[in-house]
Parts: sequence; structure tokens; C-alpha cells
Amino acid sequence: MLHPPVLEIHSHIAFVYSRKTRGHLEYKLYVCSVIIDLYMAEACQQFPSVVDRYFTRWYKTDVKGQLYEDYCILQHSNRICVITLAECHPVLQSGKNISSISYQISANCSRLQNKVSGKSKRGAQFLTEFAPLCRITCCDGDEYTIYSCIRGRLLEVNENILHNPELLKEKPSTEGYIAVVLPKFEESKTVTEGLLSQTQYEEVLLKRTSIPDSKVDL
Amino acid sequence: MFVPYILPPVHVTRTVRSVCPARAGVAGLCAAHTCVRAEHCPSTWVLLVDIAGPCISSSSWEFVRKSHEMLLIEEKYKSIAKLLLSSGTCPRCVLRFCCVGSSAPYRLPYKNLADELQKFLSNDGDIAPPSKKVRLGDSEECRSETEITRDTDVNEAPQTCNLCLGILQHLCSTEFVKQIFHKVQSAGYEFQDFVFSVSLPPQLLVREHSAWLQAQEEMRRQDRLLEKADIIQLKEAYKWIIHPMISEELGVQAVSKSLFEVGVVFCHQDTDEDCHFLVTVCKDCFKPTKNKQSVFTRMAVVKALDKITDDDFVTHFPWPPSTPKTTCQVIDIQCNHASVFVAGRYNKYSRTLPQTPWVIDGERKMESSVEELITEQLMTVFQADSFNFSSSGREDVDVRTLGRGRPFAIELVNPHRVRVTEQVMKDLQQKINGTDKIKVRDLQIVTREALAHMKEGEEEKTKCYSALIWTEKTIRKEDVEFLNDIKELKILQKTPLRVLHRRPLASRPRIIHTMKSEYMDEHHFRLYLKTQAGTYIKEFAHGDFGRTVPNIGSMMKTTADILELDVESVDVDWPPALED
Ligand SMILES: [Zn+2]
Repeated sequence: MLHPPVLEIHSHIAFVYSRKTRGHLEYKLYVCSVIIDLYMAEACQQFPSVVDRYFTRWYKTDVKGQLYEDYCILQHSNRICVITLAECHPVLQSGKNISSISYQISANCSRLQNKVSGKSKRGAQFLTEFAPLCRITCCDGDEYTIYSCIRGRLLEVNENILHNPELLKEKPSTEGYIAVVLPKFEESKTVTEGLLSQTQYEEVLLKRTSIPDSKVDL
Repeated sequence: MFVPYILPPVHVTRTVRSVCPARAGVAGLCAAHTCVRAEHCPSTWVLLVDIAGPCISSSSWEFVRKSHEMLLIEEKYKSIAKLLLSSGTCPRCVLRFCCVGSSAPYRLPYKNLADELQKFLSNDGDIAPPSKKVRLGDSEECRSETEITRDTDVNEAPQTCNLCLGILQHLCSTEFVKQIFHKVQSAGYEFQDFVFSVSLPPQLLVREHSAWLQAQEEMRRQDRLLEKADIIQLKEAYKWIIHPMISEELGVQAVSKSLFEVGVVFCHQDTDEDCHFLVTVCKDCFKPTKNKQSVFTRMAVVKALDKITDDDFVTHFPWPPSTPKTTCQVIDIQCNHASVFVAGRYNKYSRTLPQTPWVIDGERKMESSVEELITEQLMTVFQADSFNFSSSGREDVDVRTLGRGRPFAIELVNPHRVRVTEQVMKDLQQKINGTDKIKVRDLQIVTREALAHMKEGEEEKTKCYSALIWTEKTIRKEDVEFLNDIKELKILQKTPLRVLHRRPLASRPRIIHTMKSEYMDEHHFRLYLKTQAGTYIKEFAHGDFGRTVPNIGSMMKTTADILELDVESVDVDWPPALED
């Protein structure tokens, strides 16, 4: 029992595969499998997950022009945003191993120093869209800076991933979250304006798998 | 009949000081004589002469007696009386500034009072030596030359008093009292006594201050002091006059701690600008606030008057204050009954019923609520204006509350009906229970103080829950048995993401006292928990992004989720159980 879109994706994989394009083929297949997983999960678990029950998923692709550095922002109905990495993010690809994560974003600013107090969260560091949250260094020497993507007050960072970077790879959208950000009340609606909805994001993923100069008719 | 008691000096000195020190020196006598009202009997007058005084004629005795009895103005304040009366102040305000602390003179009919006051002021020169000499020995303190000036021009009582703006003149009339009575009648309250409150325009404070400065000046000339606190407040004098009148109309007593309040609000637009100069002198006293219509609150004006120098004040607000053309306006007569509190316990059987109305951006998310189902009926019976619902903790919309239920209390604000019998309460409970969504028990009227029991030890009390848990991995019966052996499990909960927007971020230790598991199928089991109050159960089940540790998922090495939750008991012994 597959959803119609899943069948569509299947045919697309077949198409992509048949063209025997090189370079990104492997990646594209991976992307397709992610989408399939997504639908499969929905189809199999009748009861929506915690994330699906309370949060809306927003995506941002190729952040700062870095190819495939995609983010998934989970926005709770109470406007709180959880910053996570989308499964496509290079850090999460098989073969990549994280050697260290650091919330020290400059010589004199560490996100670990962030302290909030009271209901109004006084003392929070204020983040702009491109404020760096942390740096992830992989065993192969690659370094990735993770950005906020959301304007708001930094409520907390996930210290668990410091001791256990594997969480990031195992459960990127829950226990492997990067940070929690509280947008300003008056910006709670507009803060996600530049982001992609789940459907839009899936379209982007599909486009990535297609060849730029060929017109694909699905 | 008036009988002057003449006592020996030593005795007198003691008696005077101990009986009534404030009354030393009474109008119509030289300062060396003292006239006090005997405490045990208000109509008896005792003349205490502690030193050799001037001679007073027998006809003067009669006058002295009369004016004392009626006005009770002490001699030393006479010049104040003259000053005020000649500058447009009503006789009752004159009494106030002469520090007459007894209610009787204020209650004299206005005309009589005015006449008496005039007589008192113009006749003082007539006090002639009495036929018999009163000799009680030597004293240096005798000062027979009190500043008695013969005849001053005492004007006719002005139309509207420049100090009370007519409140002590026209707003204690029978007509006005009738107006209050009709208002109370039509409001339809149940009450057994009342308390009367007055809201006065702030400019009265400015005018009062102005008169005080003048009166103080007068007293200084006699080497005496006049504190602002010595002056009888307008409110007090007004109540002395109007309380008996309202009391008679309503047929109940005025009681300062009454639950039923009748309030009048006065304003006087013509003189509103009186306060304005204070802003230029004390800017920081008048900061605009969101909820206040005007910056000139009584508080702010009091503060500014406290700060301003006498010179500054007199420059900006010269004596005497203008005589207004109109009397204070009554802008409102309000009635209010103190809140009634109703408590009970409720069960919630629905997973789509929030405890309180769920409204986001003005849009209703769920039909009805526990609060509404209960209070709707209460409001009808008590005819209250509004209510405040509170409870011992709360459950989420999708959580049921079973067992003996959750204690709650409702404050009924400004109830019109307050005599509600136990039988009526029983019927009320039955009516509320005419739904299958909730059930109420032990519904009763309680005191405000008793409400504290509901919140008492909210942290220490335990709560029992039953949860339906889902696991990602397939489980066998043995996989959930280990939970039964875990006792007093300490967990650390960060403020759940779902409430973090309105609560401070903290990491709180909580205790899961006991757990009991019941295997259901490969992905489901039921978990009974007894926990410290304040534990977030849903987060303990799914972990809340790893923010509650340990959690069911982490202990079972899988992803876990909670599909259903019921509160089985809230262990608070309040309100007391009632027989059915
Ligand atoms: Zn007056």
C-alpha cells in the first residue's frame, strides 16, 4: 500500500536511474528514499508522532549558499522553534562521522553561556537569521557552521549532543536538535515567511534529483 | 442643666490631661479654662478650671454651654473659623478645620449650624466677667488676653463651598439619599448591612492643602501647630452626616466591614484644572500610566503636595480658592457585594474538553470547557458579574480526570444573590451533572481563606495516573516488567517545550514513586504511575526531545510515546466531602 506520491517518486527514481547520470545520482536516490520513508512512516503509524502532533515543519535549503545544507525548523503551536538539521544535511550522510561539536562561535561568544530567567526569558542572546549557533567538525576535516535561521531569543542549546554526537545522526529531528529559539511575539507569524513548507520542500528535493537541462514529465 | 464643676488645680490638671487632652482650651473661655465633654454622658458638660481665670458672667455661661454643645469648637481655632467663613467656606468645612472630632455638630441642620457658627463668632466679645469670682489660687499661666476680636464680618454662607465643592452642603440632602436608595433597590442585592465609600475629585486635595496652609498660619500666630492630620477629613465628616441617613432609608446598619458596598463617585469639571500647576512643579509625580485615564490620581496629587514647598504652592494657587458656580456632580452610584466562593471536586470524562475555554487569536478552538459547564449554573443562581476559576493543578484537553476528581474553587464576583441554602447547592450540583462530559461532587460555599488549602502543598502531594504507552520497537511481556520494580525514581525535567513560552526555563527534579505496567500487545502497554505533583507525565513518556531524563523511551531503549492519559487521583483533602 503506497501513497500515490510515493509511486510517483518510485517512477522518478526509475527514470533517474535509467538515465544513468553520474555525480549526484547516489545522492538523488538517497533523497528519494528519504521522501519515501517520510510517507511510509506516515502510512504505518496511525498515531502521529510527538513532532507531528504539536509542531509544524519548516525547511530552509542550501543555507548560506552551501549546497544541501538544509535545515528543518519545528515550530510549536506556542511559537517556540526547535532548530534541527534536515536529513539531507551533509553532516548526517552515511560515511560522515562527527568528531566534535562546539557552541563557541567566536573568541568571546559561546552559546553555552546563554542563560535565561523568568517567564519573559530575560538575558537571552538574541539571534538573527544568520546568527551561528554551533560548529560541527567531521572526522574528514570538513567543518560546518549551523545557523539559527529564525530571528528570536535563544532559550537553550542541546548540550546532550556535545557528549553524544551520535544523537544528531540517530534522531536529528528530536533528541539531536541543535537549539530552541523563541521568536518575538509580534514576529511569530512572519518569522517563517522565508521558509519552505513540507510540500514545497519535497518539490525542491524532487527538482534536485532531476537533471537541470532536461524536462522531466512525471 | 449645665453645672460647672470647679475642681482643685492639681486634680484638674490630671483629669483634663487624662480624660481628654485634645479638648484643652475651648471657644468662649480663656485658654486657662478647659471645658470637656464627660465621656460617660455626651450631654453633660464639665467645666474644669485649673487656674485662676477671668470672670465670666452667668449669661455667658449659658452661651458658652450652648455653643460648646453644638459646635464643640475649641477657643484656639476661632481665628481659623473666622478666616474660612469669610473666604467662602461652608460651616461644616469650618468645623473640620477647627478639628471638631465629634459627629454631632456636623449632623446639625445646615441652617442651624450656620446660624450657630455666626452667633458664636460675633458674640464672643460679650463674654463679661461672671457675677461670682472663681478663685482657685495663683497661677502664672493665666492669660486672660486671648485674641478676642470684636465683631468680624462673617459673610452669608456662600452658594457652594470652595473646600468641599458642595459635598457637605448639597450632597447630604434627603433627595440625594433617596437617589442612592433607589439605585440600591433597583440593583437587587441581598445584603444585611452596608459600607459606604466615596470617591472624591483630586482637586479637593489641592483646595484642602491651600486652606490648611492658611489655617496653619493662623495657629502659628498663637505659637501653636496645626498638623494636616488634625483636620477632620472630608470623607469622614461626609460619612458622619450621610451614614445615619442611608441607614434609615435602607433599614440596615452601616458597618465598616460589611460585605456590601455602596459607593458614590463625584467629579467637578469646573475645577479640574486646579491640579494642573502641580505638573510644572513636580513632574515626576505624574507619569502617564496605561490604565489610568488621567495622570491626576489622588495618589499622585498627595505625593506632589507632600513635595511642593509652601511658597511654591501659594504662588501657583493663591488663597482663597475660587468659589465654584456649581456643586460636585454624581457621576456614579455603584453597588458591590464581596465575592462568594464555591468549591467542589470535578471528574472530566471527555478527551476533547479543555479545563478552561481554549481561545487562540480570539478564535475558539474547542466547544465548551470544564470551567464553563460548572460556572454557567452557578452564575445563574448567584447572579454574579463574573467569576474566577481555580483548581488544584489542571489536566490537558485530552486527559481525563477520574477517581474522586480534582478540587476546584470558583470566586463569584459581585454576586447579587448570596443566601443560598445547602439544598439549593445540592440541586445546583445535580443540574451541573446533567452532562456526560463532567461530574461534580462536594459542591459547597467556602470562605476565601479556605481556598489556601487547595494550593497548600501542591508540590508535596502525589498524583496517580494511568497512561497508554506506544513503543517503536516490538515488545514482549517481559520487556515492561522491569518497570514494576523501580521505586522512587528521580528524574530531571526541563520545562516542557509546550509550556516553555509562558513558564521560566528550569530543570526540576521530580520523583516517580511507583510504576505498574500492564502488557497489551507488541507496541502497547498500560502504565500506572504514582508521582510527585508537578511531574509532567507526557514528557516522562516521550522524553520531550531528550529534555526529561530518564524517560520511558530511554529506559526501554526505544522511542516511546503516550497515546492516552488519565488522572486517577489528586491527593488533596479539600474541600471536605459531603454526604450524598
Ligand atoms: Zn464645605
